[in-house]
Amino acid sequence: MSSRRHLLALALGGFSAAAGLAGLGSAMAAPQPITLLNVSYDPTRELYKAINVSFAAAWRAKTGQEVRINQSHGGSSAQARAVIDGLQADVVTLALAYDIDALADRGLLAPNWQSRLPNNASPYTSTIVFLVRKGNPKAIHDWGDLIRPGVSVITPNPKTSGGARWNFLSAYLYGLKLAGGSPAKAKDFVTKLYAQVPVLDTGARGSTNTFTQRGVGDVLLAWENEAFLSLDEFPGQFEVVTPSLSMLAEPPVAVVDKVTAKKADRNVAEAYLRYLYTHEAQVIIGQNHYRPRDPAVAAQFAAKFPKLTLYTVDAVFGGWRKAQAAFFADGALFDQIYKPR
Amino acid sequence: MKTDSPPSRRALRWREPSVLPGFIPSFGFVVVYLSLIVLIPLAALVARPWERGIGGFLRTVTDARVVAALQLSFTSALLAALVSALMGLVTAWVLTRYDFPLRSLLDAAIDLPFALPTAVAGIALATLYGAHGWIGGRIEPLGLKIAYAPAGVFVALLIVGLPFVVRSVQPVLADFEAEAEEAALTLGAHPGQIANRVILPALAPALLSGFSLAFARAVGEYGSVIFIAGNMPMRSEIAPLLIITKLEQFDYAGAAAIGLVMLVLSFGSLLVLNRLQLALSRRGV
Repeated sequence: MSSRRHLLALALGGFSAAAGLAGLGSAMAAPQPITLLNVSYDPTRELYKAINVSFAAAWRAKTGQEVRINQSHGGSSAQARAVIDGLQADVVTLALAYDIDALADRGLLAPNWQSRLPNNASPYTSTIVFLVRKGNPKAIHDWGDLIRPGVSVITPNPKTSGGARWNFLSAYLYGLKLAGGSPAKAKDFVTKLYAQVPVLDTGARGSTNTFTQRGVGDVLLAWENEAFLSLDEFPGQFEVVTPSLSMLAEPPVAVVDKVTAKKADRNVAEAYLRYLYTHEAQVIIGQNHYRPRDPAVAAQFAAKFPKLTLYTVDAVFGGWRKAQAAFFADGALFDQIYKPR
Repeated sequence: MKTDSPPSRRALRWREPSVLPGFIPSFGFVVVYLSLIVLIPLAALVARPWERGIGGFLRTVTDARVVAALQLSFTSALLAALVSALMGLVTAWVLTRYDFPLRSLLDAAIDLPFALPTAVAGIALATLYGAHGWIGGRIEPLGLKIAYAPAGVFVALLIVGLPFVVRSVQPVLADFEAEAEEAALTLGAHPGQIANRVILPALAPALLSGFSLAFARAVGEYGSVIFIAGNMPMRSEIAPLLIITKLEQFDYAGAAAIGLVMLVLSFGSLLVLNRLQLALSRRGV
């Protein structure tokens, strides 16, 4: 009898959790926890799981309110599209500014969103590094080694993957910055590089699987944080090689004005994003293989993240909109690489 | 072939009188349901690609890469459906005509491709046929490359197509009376003749319908293919992937343009196959 009642309670609990997830929880009684939806991209799953627990505790200590943060993960632009199509995201934490610009273009948040928070609204950074097989059999140390004959490079399709765009820009950057570099040299370099790519997966996780589990390729161009995850997952099989220079990937975060304007909890959403810049959150960020912004915390993780010369999209390419138009739009440079001759 | 007079000489009316009551409510229900589930979404697809005018539409769909992807999608779907038709027929034959241990288990396994998330099938195939896979490791030294090559598309489409053929042919084969074969045998027909003149004509409509379903399903298949195709532009990139590619750039019109072309091509092929099937079943009866 009592076990049946337990079952009923369990079922009701499950139902209310489901209702809360769907944003319909307002009809439920009792001290009502605030729920936020954080729409993010794939590799941040573990990071935000840790951040959310820590923020909920900090918020409870400060205000007495319960807050629950639901997470949604997927490819960065697919997630942006879902928000455009009506997914009620209170905050978005995506792979690149271009995807949040797309939301701003459709009036979901203010055009100046990137200046509303410190550091280009990017509380953590990452970069693009190489993952190679144990012992580095092809002796890959920098970008130039990737176009040697017989080196097979794994990277996803920049037209479908945010991470792949950072890979492409980093390779192009190398062509610009090497001695005697120029846009023509850079185009030549990326053309040679992509000629050595046997598989273009649609997303970063897909490429990681192709490289680590299918055994295809000699080197994987990867997010630094993903490369660390692969090391954890397959101990003793891979090594991370940090090149001499790379892009400073700034995954940005923003409150979605149009969604939060309808609710009373806009301040919680804002506090949640500001929390990412606090000392506690920055430590969690470092533990989850992202580079912390806070100089003190960054110093603490200095041994983990090798030094390399990093360039921002704004400094080299004049921002994401320009980079998108020059490289990834239909008929732009990436398409020209694959034009039949 | 000229048919005789009977039913074809009817006056053209909006509907034929029926002895069954309830036409209006049931017809209304069907129209509403079909509209919600099929027609309105398709109408949205038809309405969408014109944001940049006819010129923009044509530029999108005549782009060399789009044309190559459409070619790959349709030819590999056609090839896969043909092979599925043949192998599906054999499978259905074995399942209905012979009794053997674990037959019902095998029979149930046919439906697995319906139930399995296609991505799972794709990942399994890539593992199996990849250079280090159980099959790929043996055939790649022979110069045969399946994973991360156009052949991979074909193999993935074989999986999704097979159950459609088996499930279309199986009931017809099960209902088919063995007496007809026995009669042919007693009349002196040899097995080849029996297959050609007695069994195949009766099976043809069902086989064709299974083939059409397998083809239609294969044309639109995405989940399993992208894991094994390698997705190289101009070479192993399927049309549905290009649709996703356009969407990733928030190019809704371009995505809808490719979608519309696929829709028209698929609808055209299905229409032809339907006609053919109708003609076959008329002849069969």
